[in-house]
Amino acid sequence: MISLKDITKSYRSGSLSVDALRGITMEIEEGEFTTIMGSSGSGKSTLMNILGCLDKPTEGSYLLNGEDVSKFKKEKLSQVRNRMIGFVFQNFHLLPRTTALENVELPLLYTEEKLSWKEIHKRAGEALDIVGLGDRKKHSPNELSGGQMQRVAIARALVTRPSVLLADEPTGNLDSRTSLEIMDIFQRLNREGLTILMVSHEPDIARFSKRITILRDGLIISDKPNTPRSSADAIAQWKDEAEIMSEETA
Amino acid sequence: MKLSAVPYVALKALRRNRMRTLLTALGIIIGVAAVITMVGLGQGAGAEVREQVNRLGQNVVLVFPGARQLGGVSIGGGSANTLTVDDARALREEIPEVIAASPEVRSQRVVVYGNQNWFTRIYGQSADYLQIRQWGIESGRMFDEGDVENAALVAVVGQTIVEELFEGADPIGETVRVRGLPLELIGILEPKGMSLMGSVQDDIVLMPYTTGFQRISGRSHAMVINVQVFDEQSMEIAQLKITDLLRERHGLAPYQENDFTVQTQEEVAAAATETSRIMTWLLASIAGVSLFVGGIGIMNVMLVSVTERTREIGLRLAVGARGPDVLLQFLIESVVLCLLGGIGGILLGLAATEIIASYAGWPALFSTEAMIIVVSVSAAVGVFFGFYPAWKASRLDPIEALRRE
Ligand SMILES: Nc1ncnc2c1ncn2[C@@H]1O[C@H](COP(=O)(O)OP(=O)(O)OP(=O)(O)O)[C@@H](O)[C@H]1O
Ligand SMILES: [Mg+2]
Repeated sequence: MISLKDITKSYRSGSLSVDALRGITMEIEEGEFTTIMGSSGSGKSTLMNILGCLDKPTEGSYLLNGEDVSKFKKEKLSQVRNRMIGFVFQNFHLLPRTTALENVELPLLYTEEKLSWKEIHKRAGEALDIVGLGDRKKHSPNELSGGQMQRVAIARALVTRPSVLLADEPTGNLDSRTSLEIMDIFQRLNREGLTILMVSHEPDIARFSKRITILRDGLIISDKPNTPRSSADAIAQWKDEAEIMSEETA
Repeated sequence: MKLSAVPYVALKALRRNRMRTLLTALGIIIGVAAVITMVGLGQGAGAEVREQVNRLGQNVVLVFPGARQLGGVSIGGGSANTLTVDDARALREEIPEVIAASPEVRSQRVVVYGNQNWFTRIYGQSADYLQIRQWGIESGRMFDEGDVENAALVAVVGQTIVEELFEGADPIGETVRVRGLPLELIGILEPKGMSLMGSVQDDIVLMPYTTGFQRISGRSHAMVINVQVFDEQSMEIAQLKITDLLRERHGLAPYQENDFTVQTQEEVAAAATETSRIMTWLLASIAGVSLFVGGIGIMNVMLVSVTERTREIGLRLAVGARGPDVLLQFLIESVVLCLLGGIGGILLGLAATEIIASYAGWPALFSTEAMIIVVSVSAAVGVFFGFYPAWKASRLDPIEALRRE
């Protein structure tokens, strides 16, 4: 479904050139749940942006559902992003002073599909139900917690029914309990057949995925399947601060 | 992109930033209001001048004292003392085409009746003045040649005087005082109230010119001689004859310029219309400058909001908006802003015109044409000034835009 071949990316600033990616080749099949790990500056975000068609590789080819999107023009890439990709950002990127529902509707305003307003509202509402925020439709971001904001962002990524969900450090700004809840949503979506690719540098988070790829200095140094830990178990075993504190004193 | 979503998104953005929207629209509101007010007052003034000229009557020639002034206009005139009462009489008696000639003297005076006062315009005219003006008497009679001969203390008044001094009661036979001079009212003029400036025209007191010259104004020379010519075909020849006769009477040598000016009603009207047209344009262009400044304000705000909203644009691009979608959104935003400003400006302008007109007593004309033009101009200003920032926004790279703080 996704096929990267010898992807490189160099940033040029003046005479200085930074090679963020130095030849990435990788395949991602439908239904996978992959985590890309690596230390800061290893090129994870750069790779995700290329996968998300937000950026173009310097060299190499990127086949998405059989199409070589690395050759696409700006306008066409917009449609690819809209149709095939759901992107979740580390810092949510919700529109301020705009309700959760309207935030989720946003991608539907730009689809090629002919949707009536009724369908748009309905689909956005359904997406919010999927992430468990059916009762927060009319809330604006400043009335939501971080975890809720990220769930709105996930709903927004899902609303166009993309073939792949890309998430760049989706739990980077969340506490560990809320992170678990996000992983619970991801595992559930993956079980229902959604392909997920996420970036994280937390091993605890990566453990929930089925495959872990590690980057260093713009190259893949490890790519292994992983037996995912169940988010339901993790949540069941969750101890809150009070419990941890009382255990330590006991 | 979904078509109906374009205005939706633009309106949402305007609502989300209410203060910004309001301040930007204010620039346009003030600009449009200024144009509407200026054009309204300018056109009103023009209409009044035309009306004043038109009411002169048909086949009328005006003789003003003094040489032709620059630009050919000598409206109002009356500064030089070159036209006498005898000149007027000579015109009527010696030129066959001239059927009436009235030496005019005007002054503004307070008219007193009992304990009532009214400030009005007093005209000294000849007995055939109403014929020249094609104006009728509603009741009573016009003063006659004999009254003029004797400088009789009689007056004919317009409707406004009847209303203001007599509260509608029949004034005929009553005596009013002007500068202590008792005047018997012998007639009431027909109302001109139906016409645009009718109520202004009705605010008038007519008396024999002899009385006007001797008792009221203390002048001995006419401010203008109103001349009526027999028919339209004779207008040209009459003007030539008037000029020749007056030159002869004033003893002007061939090399000397006329010390009077002969103009037809049409010439006076054309000159006055031209003057008021220039004035309207002048006022409108001054106001146009403020509209332009308002437009620059829009561009400024749009530019700032692009910077401010870079992340929003980045996000829209990231979820699938194309450059043209973003461009359209920003364009619609500024057009809507300008149209809102335009409508607000029209309302404010109409109110301002109404207030100025009623307080200063100036006439005002509202032209729908001017409103349509000014609103289209403000929309054009919006498109024009909205375009550059919108184009700038539409070319942003999604990650570049998202990364910006
Ligand atoms: N726009 C840019 N211009 C120049 N250099 C860039 C740009 N974006 C990324 N880089 C460089 O590319 C390299 C990889 O950056 P990238 O953001 O992909 O790292 P990362 O793995 O996501 O790190 P982190 O874990 O901190 O998010 C870094 O050396 C970075 O400095
Ligand atoms: Mg990163």
